[in-house]
Amino acid sequence: MNLIADLFLTFSKIGLFTFGGGYAMLSLIDDSCVSKKQWITHDEMMNITVIAESTPGPIAINCATYVGYKQKGLIGAVAATAGIVLPSFCIIFLISMFLDRFLEIAWVAHAFRGIKIAVGILIVDAAVRMIQKMKRKPVEITMMILACILMLIINVFSFRISSFILVLAAAVISLAYFFIRQYLEKAGSER
Amino acid sequence: MIYLELLVGFLQVGLFSFGGAYAAIPLIRDVVLSYGWIDDEMLSYMIAVSESTPGSIMVNLATYIGSSKAGFFGALIATSAVVFPAFVIVLLLTGLLSKLLKQPAVKAVLDGLKPCIIGIILATGCYMILENCMGRITDISVNYLVIILTAVLALLYFGSRKILKKGISPIGLIGISALIGIVVYAGV
Repeated sequence: MNLIADLFLTFSKIGLFTFGGGYAMLSLIDDSCVSKKQWITHDEMMNITVIAESTPGPIAINCATYVGYKQKGLIGAVAATAGIVLPSFCIIFLISMFLDRFLEIAWVAHAFRGIKIAVGILIVDAAVRMIQKMKRKPVEITMMILACILMLIINVFSFRISSFILVLAAAVISLAYFFIRQYLEKAGSER
Repeated sequence: MIYLELLVGFLQVGLFSFGGAYAAIPLIRDVVLSYGWIDDEMLSYMIAVSESTPGSIMVNLATYIGSSKAGFFGALIATSAVVFPAFVIVLLLTGLLSKLLKQPAVKAVLDGLKPCIIGIILATGCYMILENCMGRITDISVNYLVIILTAVLALLYFGSRKILKKGISPIGLIGISALIGIVVYAGV
């Protein structure tokens, strides 16, 4: 089979049959790309997982792009990425067309009042998992707590400040901190 | 212009969301609310739908929001925008960026960004729970039923991890919470 078509179809299949988001997809990608198709090695798969975690964006997209690129360059990357996105795109698009009135049914609305509670818990859980994995030095912890408090204040008083500003400020501060530390080290070694 | 807003909004989401879909929800919520596309209620509805359909949750959310705001092209633009940064970054990473990432200054910025983003995620999760239980600051009303339900669900979710090997999955928790919602609110 044509490799580009194969990439597209393989990743469509992954996109169509994994429920539960990116982390669930990783095991399926591992299964089909490493064990079955042997497009990438196990070590490469590990590397992609690390890259996917430390770069922004949906994790499954990072993987698909990488595998596609390794196999067939830019065209391969496009085929694999389009493949993994397309099935859910079609499904969601259909749902959004005729399910907008869905919420008006009483028991559906009740169900979603329950779900709303769960979503808060799931987000806290995501944060806790990330805290467990991050470097916990005093600087990092201070940054995290500061960001958390500022964001809480923004939320509680519904200030119209985007969290993007906080992210930008964190980038500037950590860059400044880096240069100051470097400068101090240099000054210290010259003495 | 809604198309441009969707493009810019979801490029932001795609560019700044580390660590999977739930970690991205605060960012998506922020973008969605600041543009006034949909409200909190609708967003949790969309999150549930995105969870229970196959595929990447973040991409599903983008498709859903795009489609409900601006039809097919809205969906197309939002989906492409959320995917694009990850796509480009991986392409760069395989060549150029792997050297760049080893630069101490770049590393320092990344190391500073992560705690900040984690703090934002934590704050958003806590605030959503707080708002469910107490209402907004302009309209405080303590809802004991929601407080009890939150405690029960949290106990179930985190407790199951202690007992079972893998515990309840996120989609499992959403299913359980939907059932509880139907049962409890039908009686109220």
